[in-house]
Amino acid sequence: MTGTILLGLGAFLASAVEAVEALTIVLGVGVVRGWRSTLIGVGAALLVLALTIAVLGPALGRIPIDGLRLVVGALLLVFGLQWLRKAILRASGYKALHDEDEAFREERERAALAGAEERGGLDWYSFTVAFKGVLLEGLEVVFIVIAFGAAQGRFDVAIAGAALAVVLVAVVGVLVRKPLERVPENTIKFTVGVMLTSFGCFWAAEGAGVAWPEDELSLLGVVAFVLALSYGLVRLLRRQRVAALTAGAGA
Amino acid sequence: MSRLRAFGRFWWNFVVGDDWLVAAVVGAGLGLTGLLTAVGVDAWWLLPLVVALALATSLVRATRGTTQQS
Repeated sequence: MTGTILLGLGAFLASAVEAVEALTIVLGVGVVRGWRSTLIGVGAALLVLALTIAVLGPALGRIPIDGLRLVVGALLLVFGLQWLRKAILRASGYKALHDEDEAFREERERAALAGAEERGGLDWYSFTVAFKGVLLEGLEVVFIVIAFGAAQGRFDVAIAGAALAVVLVAVVGVLVRKPLERVPENTIKFTVGVMLTSFGCFWAAEGAGVAWPEDELSLLGVVAFVLALSYGLVRLLRRQRVAALTAGAGA
Repeated sequence: MSRLRAFGRFWWNFVVGDDWLVAAVVGAGLGLTGLLTAVGVDAWWLLPLVVALALATSLVRATRGTTQQS
């Protein structure tokens, strides 16, 4: 039960971050260059994503579960550590906070500066940017769903979590028609990093033959450990940065 | 050829990311976990320690000699 809730929550949060990024690109291009070609680009990307899922999905059922857990767990672990590393650097002031509002402004300026090129009645810039943005972020969502769903054998929960996130972000996007700058992105990324790293650690170890004490309950312990470790590293780096700045000012 | 390189670069960035050391330490940790398990040691404690080591090492590398990255 605990594992299922964490699985749904992990898939939801990770997918929400990707969806916000895709939405920022689509809105930036759509607002400046018009919606027709942009939305056709979004539709084409969603079609390619659906085909990818249709091809990859059934093949996964034939792979032995331990091997799958090892590969998926290792990938999730590396993936999660990347997120966590960036989120810790941002939270401690070593890296600038990612600003969706700024990203939206940049995308809008790029779209305004791009020349007008029509192919097949489509504004090619709007189509390709929306297509690439949705396809890349969508592929990350597909990867998250496959990883979470396959390793635990609960595709239904992973798909539900991801679908809820994508729908929610899309609805909010349509309602506000501007980027979701109020979403505390680094907090979400920090949480997602903790979840991905914890799940990755748990599954990869299982795939390597480990038997966790108390089975699934250990997952809670791993989450607590990764959370405490990350929080401790943020505090340590903040202190280190302040000390370096003070020493620099005194010199 | 350049498309092939771009494809390879996309997957490298997607999987390995900014610091290859993280992936290398995780790979080594998983190998060691597998070895210990094969000789009868239930090394469930090893991978969390590897996570701590990989994250701390990578952050030290990223912050060495700097106060603000970007």
